[in-house]
Amino acid sequence: MAEKSGADILVECLIDLGVEVVFGYPGGAVLPIYDALFDHPKIRHVLVRHEQGATHMAEGYARSTGKPGVVLVTSGPGATNAVTGITDALMDSIPMVVITGQVATQLIGTDAFQEADTIGITRHCSKHNYLVKDPAKLAGVVHEAFHIATTGRPGPVVVDIPKNVQVATARYERPERLEHASYRPQTKADPAAIAKAVELLAAAERPVLYTGGGVINSGPEASTLLRELAALTGAPVTSTLMGLGAYPASGPQWLGMLGMHGTYEANWAMNKADVILCVGARFDDRVTGRLDAFAPHSTKIHIDIDRSSVNKTVAVDLPVIADVGSALTDMIALWKERDHKTADLSEWWARIEGWRARNSLAYPESREEIMPQEAIAQLYKASRSAEDVIITTEVGQHQMWAAQHFGFDAPNKWLTSGGLGTMGYGFPAAIGAQVGNPDSLVVCIAGDASIQMNIQEMGTASQYRLPVKIFILNNEYMGMVRQWQELTYESRYSNSYSDSLPDFVKLAEAYGWTGIRIEGPQELEAGIRQMIDTPGPVIVDCRVAKLSNCFPMIPSGAAHTDMLLDPSQVEGIMSDEAKALV
Amino acid sequence: MHIQEEYSERHVLSLMVTNEAGILARIAGLFTARGYNIDSLTVADITADHAMSRITIVTNGPPKVIDQIIAQLDRLVPVHKVTDLTENGPFVERELALVKVAGTGEDRIEALRLADVFRAKVVDTTIESFIFEITGTTEKIDNFVGLMRQIGLVEVGRTGVVGLVRGKEPN
Ligand SMILES: Cc1ncc(C[n+]2csc(CCOP(=O)(O)OP(=O)(O)O)c2C)c(N)n1
Ligand SMILES: [Mg+2]
Repeated sequence: MAEKSGADILVECLIDLGVEVVFGYPGGAVLPIYDALFDHPKIRHVLVRHEQGATHMAEGYARSTGKPGVVLVTSGPGATNAVTGITDALMDSIPMVVITGQVATQLIGTDAFQEADTIGITRHCSKHNYLVKDPAKLAGVVHEAFHIATTGRPGPVVVDIPKNVQVATARYERPERLEHASYRPQTKADPAAIAKAVELLAAAERPVLYTGGGVINSGPEASTLLRELAALTGAPVTSTLMGLGAYPASGPQWLGMLGMHGTYEANWAMNKADVILCVGARFDDRVTGRLDAFAPHSTKIHIDIDRSSVNKTVAVDLPVIADVGSALTDMIALWKERDHKTADLSEWWARIEGWRARNSLAYPESREEIMPQEAIAQLYKASRSAEDVIITTEVGQHQMWAAQHFGFDAPNKWLTSGGLGTMGYGFPAAIGAQVGNPDSLVVCIAGDASIQMNIQEMGTASQYRLPVKIFILNNEYMGMVRQWQELTYESRYSNSYSDSLPDFVKLAEAYGWTGIRIEGPQELEAGIRQMIDTPGPVIVDCRVAKLSNCFPMIPSGAAHTDMLLDPSQVEGIMSDEAKALV
Repeated sequence: MHIQEEYSERHVLSLMVTNEAGILARIAGLFTARGYNIDSLTVADITADHAMSRITIVTNGPPKVIDQIIAQLDRLVPVHKVTDLTENGPFVERELALVKVAGTGEDRIEALRLADVFRAKVVDTTIESFIFEITGTTEKIDNFVGLMRQIGLVEVGRTGVVGLVRGKEPN
């Protein structure tokens, strides 16, 4: 068998692994790979404008299609520019493989041109990483990298390939699926744990299903199973930011999101629940609020594929280590086998309706200004005409308003940076989602500040004729920072004003996009319609009320039961203990 | 505002890992990245084909954190197995130290006498100094070094702890 160059082996592996798209940016240390990709008939390369963009595009592609996202960047600055996206994918468990070029093996450690210790830098922000020093080992590593990125708790895997390894030759044979010597994620739950979980749920008087991104990661089937379990138990369902869409927002048992900007009913239900089934969520501090006051009366069951997520911040009574889909299948089967009936939870639901009556997502109306919440609500309404809608967000108030006021009825339609909270995520993620879903309406709900963090990717959307829509809630502030300064620092708005904003409409035109400005409530509906009906990429500069705050809110360090529902409850100062929390 | 300290306990962890480049950095880095403590860490390959290493880590932290450390170590790709020797039942732990002591006259005799009590061996000597080799638990070595300090301790080199589960089963 003839030998192939490392670069050709890599490309061969990608084809064997079913990779269709690579998001990348060339440079000296990956030239052999770029040459192997030149006019490639099977692998589409999307040329980005900044390597961070490539990583978020890969994330958006992965989250919306369920397939791993693939990134290709050069050594040194190419690799360091990718670090934010790699970290983001780690925090949100997004399957991603990042191929980085490296200086030739004999130059490693000499401070060679564009040398960076990519392996050292990404060691703790990737699920795993490899430096490949031998072309004969490349195929095995690449196949293993995809296996690790996509199985267990998904995450980013970095493969660093020195330039001489890309040029040197070796034989390539598609590696057989070998069992990994040490990496064997547990996907099937202990039957005893399943039995106990079913028993606890069947006997619960005040159950809550608390679901998270793990349901999405487990695949669409897991969402179907979640809906079935919800129907069988009659339990109310809440979700983290990452899990929205797993249970439909239009479903009868939906409580809304929980946590810092969650609904009153979701947080109170958590507080008063007697059994909480946590499905693929991780008790993040944005969800729990003050730990010693978190769901104090409940028996907690935690389904997670990652054992280290169990008992990390909140002690649980029953860990179920498994893939969400597999655990839910087992639970449903046993529920039916034991012939459990849906319990009469009417008393519990009556209490929930009481909390719901507070209408915690209500916002003041205005005839003069566009309320940002209203803009999201209108966008939601208008976008229902589209066959399929994918929403991405940047980070800030607009992100939380989108989570609160846009209803998601299916998984993989909501793409947001939850764990790392990366401004600059949303727009490239939208591009990646559009690449993977060419016929969907993909809208990035952005803030005026966040959008500027990866705005250069407008060129990428133009180049590949990707009709993404950017819907900017322009409040001329880093609104979320300003809100915290209002709540904590007596409205001293230190460096949170968005000065010198570009003219977004002219910017759109400069890139060959359509630009739309919406200035008042009267223009809102028509402006959104125009955005949706425009075939190509569009930026909407939607001018919203500048000083709106995102409510409800659990201030950091407070309990679920200490929610602020409206501005009248804001004091404008906080204790040092509260200030010290993020 | 002041930062509160938490109660912590000592645990000896024994890890079987793939013997590959970067494994030590991966483990040490995990400890620093997550704010865990390392009291000592030893590593050496232990299989005939040099494919596997045993890493022994002495750490301390609140019980909850110890559980987290084990779970975090366990999910590293090249880690095959993590055993908490402290939790797991009876185990043997040993550490080796080289202890250099300088002194003449009565001090010299006293150093030798103490070494005998602690079963420390003389592995090097000059007219004015000894290097003792001592093995034992961390506590025993601490005690020996403490006594030598009063006589004329010059310097100490310690290996850190290695440990194995008692009985015929592997860790
Ligand atoms: C890369 C990065 N830097 C800083 C922050 C901190 N941060 C969180 S929200 C925010 C302001 C976002 O402003 P904007 O995009 O206008 O959204 P708004 O809150 O006004 O809706 C900042 C600076 C962050 N999340 N990410
Ligand atoms: Mg803003």
